[in-house]
Amino acid sequence: MSDPSTASIVSTPPTEAGSGAPVDAGLPENARREKPRGLLGDAWSDLRRKPLFWISATFILIFVLMAAFPSLFTSGDAVNGALSRSRVEPSGDAWFGYDVQGRDVYARVIYGARASIIVALVSTVGTLLIGGAIGMLAGYLGGWADALLSRFGDIFFGLPFVLGAIVILTTFNGAGSSNNEWYIMALVIMSLVVLSWPVVMRLMRSSVLATKEADYIMAARALGAGTGRIIIKHLLPNCLAPLLVYGTILVGSFIGAEATLSFLGIGLKSPVVSWGIMISEAQNYIRVSPFLLFFPSAFLVTAVLSFVMLGEAVREALDPKLR
Amino acid sequence: MSDILVTEQSQPGADGSGRPSGRLLEVEDLRVEFRTRDGVAKVINGVTYHVDAGETLAVLGESGSGKSVTAQAVMGILDTPPGFVTGGEVRFHGKDMLTMSAEERRRIRGEGIAMIFQDALSALNPVFTIGFQIAEQFRIRRGLGRAEAKKRAIEMLDQVKIPNAKGRFSNYPHQFSGGMRQRAMIAMSLALDPEVLIADEPTTALDVTVQAQIMDLLAELQRERQMGLILITHDLGVVADVADRIAVMYAGRIVEEADVFELYAKPAHPYTLGLIDSIPRMDERGQQLRTIKGLPPNLMNIPPGCPFNPRCPMAQPVCREKVPPLLQIGSNRASACHFAEELVNRD
Amino acid sequence: MGRYLLRRLLQLVPVFIGTTFLIYWLVWSVPGDPFAGKCGDRRCPDTYINFMTEKYQLDQSIWVQYATYMKNLFQGDFGVTYNNRAVGDIIATAYPNTLKLAVVALAIEAIIGLSAGVLTGLRRNGFLDNLVLVSTLFLIALPVFVIGFILQWLLGVKWGIVDPTVSSEMRFSELLLPGFVLGSASMAYVARVARTSIAENRRADYVRTAIAKGLPMRRVVGVHLLRNSLIPVVTLLGTDLGALMGGAIVTEGIFSINGIGRAVLRAIVTKESATVVSIVVVLVLVYLLMNLLVDLLYAALDPRIRYE
Repeated sequence: MSDPSTASIVSTPPTEAGSGAPVDAGLPENARREKPRGLLGDAWSDLRRKPLFWISATFILIFVLMAAFPSLFTSGDAVNGALSRSRVEPSGDAWFGYDVQGRDVYARVIYGARASIIVALVSTVGTLLIGGAIGMLAGYLGGWADALLSRFGDIFFGLPFVLGAIVILTTFNGAGSSNNEWYIMALVIMSLVVLSWPVVMRLMRSSVLATKEADYIMAARALGAGTGRIIIKHLLPNCLAPLLVYGTILVGSFIGAEATLSFLGIGLKSPVVSWGIMISEAQNYIRVSPFLLFFPSAFLVTAVLSFVMLGEAVREALDPKLR
Repeated sequence: MSDILVTEQSQPGADGSGRPSGRLLEVEDLRVEFRTRDGVAKVINGVTYHVDAGETLAVLGESGSGKSVTAQAVMGILDTPPGFVTGGEVRFHGKDMLTMSAEERRRIRGEGIAMIFQDALSALNPVFTIGFQIAEQFRIRRGLGRAEAKKRAIEMLDQVKIPNAKGRFSNYPHQFSGGMRQRAMIAMSLALDPEVLIADEPTTALDVTVQAQIMDLLAELQRERQMGLILITHDLGVVADVADRIAVMYAGRIVEEADVFELYAKPAHPYTLGLIDSIPRMDERGQQLRTIKGLPPNLMNIPPGCPFNPRCPMAQPVCREKVPPLLQIGSNRASACHFAEELVNRD
Repeated sequence: MGRYLLRRLLQLVPVFIGTTFLIYWLVWSVPGDPFAGKCGDRRCPDTYINFMTEKYQLDQSIWVQYATYMKNLFQGDFGVTYNNRAVGDIIATAYPNTLKLAVVALAIEAIIGLSAGVLTGLRRNGFLDNLVLVSTLFLIALPVFVIGFILQWLLGVKWGIVDPTVSSEMRFSELLLPGFVLGSASMAYVARVARTSIAENRRADYVRTAIAKGLPMRRVVGVHLLRNSLIPVVTLLGTDLGALMGGAIVTEGIFSINGIGRAVLRAIVTKESATVVSIVVVLVLVYLLMNLLVDLLYAALDPRIRYE
């Protein structure tokens, strides 16, 4: 799975020219498509010149490859170790050394990418879909529906993030009822989505409110376009930009959040390999073997930074005021 | 820290001597350019004008002619970058302000030369009361105590004829109407009793009826205080009633300067002629409005010769080659046109 | 203003009920037997089961239970742990520590974040500006526990400048490092918001007016420019105080501070449901009220905003 936000920006070729606008029914079709494309096309030509964009995109590509094909990067064993090598320092033999269980730290940080990236990407997609849909409804319908949905969002917004995640995770995985790695992963994803969607909803709602009254929407309505058509064909393309930016940054913060939950011992658990678990395991040896803390932290930080930087670059590119 | 907001230019003046000429405020051969990413725009290209005590000079021009930028350079509030003063002198009581220390120059602002702006809503600080912003002048610049400063501020509000001055003292700018806001702005700028007041399009943002009231107020205050008033405007109608002399600007230059009656009666520059002709007249109802054809030049690429030549109905080959200097014609007027004499003496 | 306040308070009620009900439902009602795994690793003692069942009417529907619980809560009764300790006492002991940490963190955020933001806002694109932009990016991107560990190891263990953990006395000097760690991300946001705000307002007409008035540059920047630019920053700080007062589970854990966050984590680990619910309810209430306060603060700072 590739990063959705980069993909959509990268795959926006400026090939509008020369197609020749059809005069008949195709015209609104064409006019509609021009608007987002013009913006994205501009943003893309702006992005292309930013080193920040290329650096972060390269890192993200590497991390995604790491998650998909860890064996490309290491032939080591991430799960099984030999206690005889417990906490052996980094050397030419094992670049990052061995952890308490004598497992190869390099292999573990490589394999650790998978859990973090999957959790972050799936949670982001879920958050954007749910928050986006509810925000779109609230903004478009207005009135009572808006008030109701907004208050409903406030309920989840009122929960401090870590606290809410802890309660949700311990409730559904209370007595250690399941150690199935996919089940826990799904739980973590669920709690991230449940606690984050109101932010996306607010974002979507306000940009729908801003564009809803625009003249071209009015015109479409006057021409008899249905609600569904207005939402999908007219509102959505215009509200996508802020969502795109937020989504990119969200991937980064979800990687951090997943690590935080694993670190607190309520997210993913061994034998799953994840950076958060590694940092959590390393914390007891912080005085004697700081390298155990260093390598997973470095990977985690790089991954989070890459997504946040990409989001920043995209935001600057999409915001004409900052040019 | 001053260079953060305003950069003082320490360009030496033309001769640096500062001849005492008895003039109150003199601008001589002022040059300003804007250095942007797209290139250098020569916004002011040698502007010379002066104003004496009790006199009103109107600076007339289209937007982009450089009339406001000249005023900003005189005040020392040019946005730097992109704006840079590249030459000339601005003399106040014969002393060149461009070569003064930043501190010396700051003291002249407000006390020697004060300024009012076009849009009082954005020019007044939105988070402080009107009273605070006027009293601030007395407290910071005069060192008065809070109570005394407040009393003086209310007096100022009274002088600009704001009803219920005491009550309005603690109102915020957004609670004032447009006209009242401009009055408050005038009160603030006159607080320290300046010798010269620069009014940058003071009525442009106002309703027509309010415009007249504000102009009357300005004229009255100017008479009372014997101030020199520089009135920057694009509106010939506003000028006629209050101005003593008029300086017409085009593409960063003064193209004509004359007594108000002479200028209206016999313009000595085709641009001025065009401006006067484009005023809608009651006796010509039903006819098409006259305009000056074409657009002001791109200041990054001013045409050679007279900058007005591409739009000038009287342009001759010489106009495309030689920049006409601003020369005296007759006793008390000047024009920057190769054919100024012919223009004045026609009929 | 009064009517606005009333309306906002009324709006809070459904949100408060919704959030607390959600928590109550998650903790007490979801897994079936309300006492399964509620008393640590042992089975709950019968006396506790009977006591709780009677007190909170646990044999009734969830609505009755919740209502009973809320009624008790508003009479100041936060319930008891299965070791017969009043949850109210736990909160009363732990909360002051959390508050101290929150105040230190907020002060650090405000001082460092604001100075960095103002300096870079006035002088953009210099070396300092780029340094601040890059370092704020790092602070925003780093999860708190990573910053916490790295600084704890670096300053506490390797260089020995500070104690790696905080003693029970909670001395101010001990709280500096945890406060910095806790406030690090918000500090970065404060710096960025202040920078943008200063840079935007710097060219504003009223700043030009203040210069034209002949005010000293110190006053132009320090009074006219700053007062306007601070509005979004102060709002941000207020919102953050609300979040900080919700307890810092991670930071308190790393530095062994006996605050509310650690108390709730301990209650979760030892499966102390009564404690979890009560603490979370208190925190949610604080959080919601703080957000309301921020809105009012905003109106107080910007005279153009009037709530009818």
